[in-house]
Amino acid sequence: MKLQFTIEGGNFSNAGHAASEIKKMLKQLGIEARCIRNIVIAMYEAEVNVVAHAFEGQILVDIETDKITTEIIDKGPGIPDIELAMQEGYSTASKKVREMGFGAGMGLPNIKKNTDEFYIESTVNSGTTLKMINYF
Amino acid sequence: MSPAKRYHALTIDEQKCMGCTHCMKVCPTEAIRVAGGLAEIRADRCVDCGHCMRACPVKAIYVEQDDLQNIQSFKYRVVLFPAVMIGQFPEKYTEDQIYAALLKIGFTHVFEVEQPIGILKTSIKEYCRKSPDNRPHISTFCPAIVRLIQIRYPSLTENLIKRKAPHDLVAHFAISELKKQGAKEEEIGLFYVTPCNAKISSVKSPVGETESIVDGIINMDAIYNRVMKAIDDSEAADTSARRQNLTRDGILWSLTRGEARNFGERSMAIDGIHNVIRFLERLENEEVPDIDFLELRACDQSCAGGIMMTGNRFLTVERLERRAKRYPPTWKLQNSPAIKESKQLKQKLVADTIIPKPAFSLDKDRKRALEKMARAQRIICFLPGIDCGACGAPNCQALAEDMVNGKAKMSDCIFLQQMWENEGKIDTKKALRNVEKKWGEKRFQADCNKRGRRNEGF
Ligand SMILES: Nc1ncnc2c1ncn2[C@@H]1O[C@H](COP(=O)(O)OP(=O)(O)OP(=O)(O)O)[C@@H](O)[C@H]1O
Ligand code: SF4
Ligand SMILES: [Mg+2]
Repeated sequence: MKLQFTIEGGNFSNAGHAASEIKKMLKQLGIEARCIRNIVIAMYEAEVNVVAHAFEGQILVDIETDKITTEIIDKGPGIPDIELAMQEGYSTASKKVREMGFGAGMGLPNIKKNTDEFYIESTVNSGTTLKMINYF
Repeated sequence: MSPAKRYHALTIDEQKCMGCTHCMKVCPTEAIRVAGGLAEIRADRCVDCGHCMRACPVKAIYVEQDDLQNIQSFKYRVVLFPAVMIGQFPEKYTEDQIYAALLKIGFTHVFEVEQPIGILKTSIKEYCRKSPDNRPHISTFCPAIVRLIQIRYPSLTENLIKRKAPHDLVAHFAISELKKQGAKEEEIGLFYVTPCNAKISSVKSPVGETESIVDGIINMDAIYNRVMKAIDDSEAADTSARRQNLTRDGILWSLTRGEARNFGERSMAIDGIHNVIRFLERLENEEVPDIDFLELRACDQSCAGGIMMTGNRFLTVERLERRAKRYPPTWKLQNSPAIKESKQLKQKLVADTIIPKPAFSLDKDRKRALEKMARAQRIICFLPGIDCGACGAPNCQALAEDMVNGKAKMSDCIFLQQMWENEGKIDTKKALRNVEKKWGEKRFQADCNKRGRRNEGF
């Protein structure tokens, strides 16, 4: 089953909406609690990254009987050095974002930790695409 | 009662239920549906929070209780009641007068539930220290919350503190105290006064024990009425000796922050089940900061707002806070004989692991669940999204889910049916019969005396 959500850059009050929706559905599918937790955490981090660092984005979710595939595609500044961005503690978050409790530089590492497969592509001045797969 | 089946204390009085949508709309777990003009509660989803009782305009939802007459068959007739009970009485009645009235009703011994709180406090502290992984530690005090986590937030069951609640302990405490006075166990009758139906369920089907050691349950409102009848304005005998183990922390325990104030560097207290739900959603997504201890209660103002409490909840809190000031803090009593000698009680404190009981899956088989979900998504496209409840389900989404589970049909939606009528797909008589099936025959005829005609109760 395919689902689609949009993300608005800069709107922190809406961040996490898609993750909550997906969580509710995964519970209805009877997916194991720990597995749901991993997926939701990864998704939430990815959503917040778009809100905090990019202009707008889209989430495409595909739920199959054995796995969930999520793509988060954004239009934004892109990431110049992905390897650096993936390091724990690395963050370019603005002071304003930090004051909201984000910007510890743990988002991307957390996404990787909580997914079975994780791919990231980025073009500077264009945007970033994340793809993550979790097997149930 | 087999332990696999949970006891629920809520019953719907079919004579009184008029078939409306109030209870269905407030239920935090969408456990209620209306059919044949009557509300029905789905046991696997009910968490016993009592919100439906509060919302019912005709008082059709009630809580069964044991007959107070039963106490007469015991030599030692013990009433166990939570300290919050004192708070609901009008100020002019003293603690001594309330105790005197309880004795007059026929009890021989009076125990406030929170007496062994010192032991529990130490034990919870120890547990939190020894299991640093499962933070935030979530209190298991409110049975409705424990159940909510089991069915709706199964991943958080690991965070629940494996310690029992005061109401689980006081019975053991009372027995050990009475045995010291020479009582035999079979001579002791224990009667627990409850502020809510959630505690009834947990006393009647305790986790990890085959049967309850309590001999009967008395609803708080019933005992309130009995006490008010028996109470005497004149000078009552001094009963303070019966409260010698009661502490300030004990009295405050069941109020909001009553637990949270005692534990962790960072603790939070949330009351009201809808507030709790919003918070648990975030907690599950790991959207909350590092919290050590979480106190969660189903009722607004915690047990002062219990469904069977009579007084105004805010006045109750105020009276208890003033009362608490007159009692010593727990640490002052830690060396009292009753607390020191209660080794046995310490073992009783340890609770079993609480297992998840997820109640929201569409099908046991994942493939079928996915198909059902896709079907529900398609059905939703046809429903109007008004969430009116006229179909007997709390909202359009819930109706769609009921449909894919074969528990409802398209024509249950009154708006869809209206459209079909307009398109000549269904005749008017059949359409009316359909709504009557949901809401009861003759439900729509003018009748000034029909049940709930003016929403009595508002
Ligand atoms: N979608 C994105 N578009 C542009 N830059 C991004 C995006 N996602 C991450 N980044 C860059 O990668 C850095 C690291 O991201 P990461 O999510 O690990 O940390 P953070 O968002 O800064 O802080 P935290 O996630 O802990 O709140 C970010 O500071 C930002 O520079
Ligand atoms: S808050 Fe207290 S009165 Fe309310 S359901 Fe929980 S235990 Fe019962
Ligand atoms: Mg981030």
